[in-house]
Amino acid sequence: MLSSPFRLPASSIKHAKLLSSLPQEPMLLRALGAQQKHQSTVDPQDVQKHTDLKSQWWDTTGPMKALHSFNHVRIPFIRDGLVQIPVKERTTTPLCGQSVLDVGCGGGILSEGLAQLGAKVTGIDASKELIELARTHSAGNTKLQENQPTYCCCPIEEHAPAHTGLYDGVVASEIIEHIDNDKKELFVKSCLDTLKPGGRIFLTTPTRSSLSKVTVVYMAEYVLNIVPRGTHDHSKFMTPTELTFLLERNGCHVEMVLGLCYNFVTNRWTFTKNTSLQFALQAVKNA
Amino acid sequence: MMMLQRNLRRNTVVVTKIIRTLGADRGYSTNQINSEQIKGEYDIIIAGGGMVGCTLACSMGKNKIFSNLKVLLLEGSPDKPFELKPEYSNRVVALNQNTKALMNSMNIWSHVENMRLQPVRHMQVWDACSDALITFSSSEIMDDDVAYIVENDVLLHAVNTELKSPEVSNVNVVYGAKIANYELPKTASDSRSLVRMGNGDVYSCQLLIGADGANSAVRQAMGVQNLAWSYDQMGVVATLELSEETNNITAWQRFLPSGPVALLPLNPRMSSLVWSTSVEHAKQLLAMPEERFVDALNDALWKQYPRSTPVDAAMSWLGDTLRQLGASGGAARQLTPSVRRAQRRAAFPLAFGHSTRYVARGTALIGDAAHRVHPLAGQGVNLGFGDVKHLTEFLGDALYQGLDVAHHSWLEKYESVRQKHNIPTQLAIEAIHRLYSVDLPPFVLIRSLGLTLTNALKPVKKLIMDHAVAT
Repeated sequence: MLSSPFRLPASSIKHAKLLSSLPQEPMLLRALGAQQKHQSTVDPQDVQKHTDLKSQWWDTTGPMKALHSFNHVRIPFIRDGLVQIPVKERTTTPLCGQSVLDVGCGGGILSEGLAQLGAKVTGIDASKELIELARTHSAGNTKLQENQPTYCCCPIEEHAPAHTGLYDGVVASEIIEHIDNDKKELFVKSCLDTLKPGGRIFLTTPTRSSLSKVTVVYMAEYVLNIVPRGTHDHSKFMTPTELTFLLERNGCHVEMVLGLCYNFVTNRWTFTKNTSLQFALQAVKNA
Repeated sequence: MMMLQRNLRRNTVVVTKIIRTLGADRGYSTNQINSEQIKGEYDIIIAGGGMVGCTLACSMGKNKIFSNLKVLLLEGSPDKPFELKPEYSNRVVALNQNTKALMNSMNIWSHVENMRLQPVRHMQVWDACSDALITFSSSEIMDDDVAYIVENDVLLHAVNTELKSPEVSNVNVVYGAKIANYELPKTASDSRSLVRMGNGDVYSCQLLIGADGANSAVRQAMGVQNLAWSYDQMGVVATLELSEETNNITAWQRFLPSGPVALLPLNPRMSSLVWSTSVEHAKQLLAMPEERFVDALNDALWKQYPRSTPVDAAMSWLGDTLRQLGASGGAARQLTPSVRRAQRRAAFPLAFGHSTRYVARGTALIGDAAHRVHPLAGQGVNLGFGDVKHLTEFLGDALYQGLDVAHHSWLEKYESVRQKHNIPTQLAIEAIHRLYSVDLPPFVLIRSLGLTLTNALKPVKKLIMDHAVAT
């Protein structure tokens, strides 16, 4: 069954044009925030919070260390969702020939990881500075010399119209919890638009539960200080069921939901059955 | 600048320091400048080309995921052509099903089969101080062979044949390699190890693997704690000719108070001997003429040792009870073959060894470098091949997700999985060794009852066999 092609409202396109014609200084972005909030999936204040971390983004032992070690579980998750290769046939570039969109790529931690596996990666983020950081870092990464990710500073709903049905995989890792609740539908629709029929979308996000309120928000941000304060707004978190419904009513089939657990002492992530803290979801777009 | 370069070659230590300061100013890394002296840059260097080291190299050569990595195998002995002689070598190993599966996956096993091996279908282990006995049969493990007796040099040649096959293109081997020292990475940012050779060559690598045996120099360079003690015993080996021709598919082991004596089948007329005994006795055994040695050996296999009446009474009661319950256990006692001739006697020291860490930054240990056991269970080399299997898997796993081959988390996973298997095995072997090295009646009673019950209880026996076969 074909999902009805999604079109952006005319006003949003106009606004996007307006935005792209402006010099995108963070100050301006913030000033535009109030006005933009009604049409865009991007929350400018949230973007600024992440931009402030620019200098520490690639420090694997700094404030972003949990995101770096998260690669050790989310990269195999995405890889195995896109390709399944028998042990004897495996190479170091299993994702060769796969095009992947990394939505909310930030400084490119995940984009680089996927590009190293051979994928043709496009990373988009609303923060111009983080995109700059990602570009600079990837250019300096000797392992990526022949397969640089393409970075683009724009929200997904601006990227989608020109890239409809283009990608084998779309990844939205640790991003949907930063999107206002009334924009989540738009976000998911835009992500799915860029996907080929039969392509797969991968999402990871904290679960909205009382346990995650205590651990992911209070403990991580205020007690253990492993996540920068103010990173998460618990009311924007989703439950696996909510996200499953959201995806399925937008034309895809959810194939897998796995719980995730983080050990802050060893800085290691593991998959579990329990989805009350954090979960990873894989869905395939209907043909 | 010319002066500096000349100095560079003359005095490495000083130069390294100079370069560190220069490098810091200009943003060069030490290794880039050092590359002038470095003879070869590799991803992985395996120190030690014994059975385990060669198998690891072969496994990395055959596994597609390693195909972009450069591997160097350093072997101390020269590359001498192998020729299968009609007479058997006195050094043999007992390989379990998992080792066979590993070898099969690399097409090595067919070379062993084309040369020679002897399947073991039955195993009998018994106590010289009582009637206790345990048997293991193929019929108890889905009719699979219990083990395979293969000569060390036959196995090594089979591995080398595959290692040199055109299919393996990413492995370089240096024979006659004399390693002077190792320089391991000291900080997390410093990611390469250096291997300095006696002839002045220097090799660098991301991952250094110590497969250099019980006195591992890599382990010493890692500075890890090694728990080791000597058994004050030696293993006397020889190739035996039996008095009568039999189908010879049984491995025999008798526990004497001085240590176990084992006969491992080679062919219908020949067996291989592994006789663990005190150092002094071993030396006497090596010195005596062949006839007297054969007599001493037949004595060790047949002689009645002093019995304790209470132990015999308890054992006979247990035997009756088990028979009444219909649980007499495995096959009935078989008679040991007697020995006619013994050739190529030799002895080697026996010791226990356990390295508390198998890995350090950019370094890993496999085989005897990490663990050493008493030969009484024939497990030593199988543990080493288990290391090869798991290390290849974990390194491949790290590469398959785009990480460096020496990623520390994956090395730690290797260590954790292997120690979980190796340490209990080592402890069990150690416990058996200690329990059987005394002849005090209470201990004889405990071990005899234990052995008989284990033999009678099929599920317990199955557990033991499963563990011995698991890698």
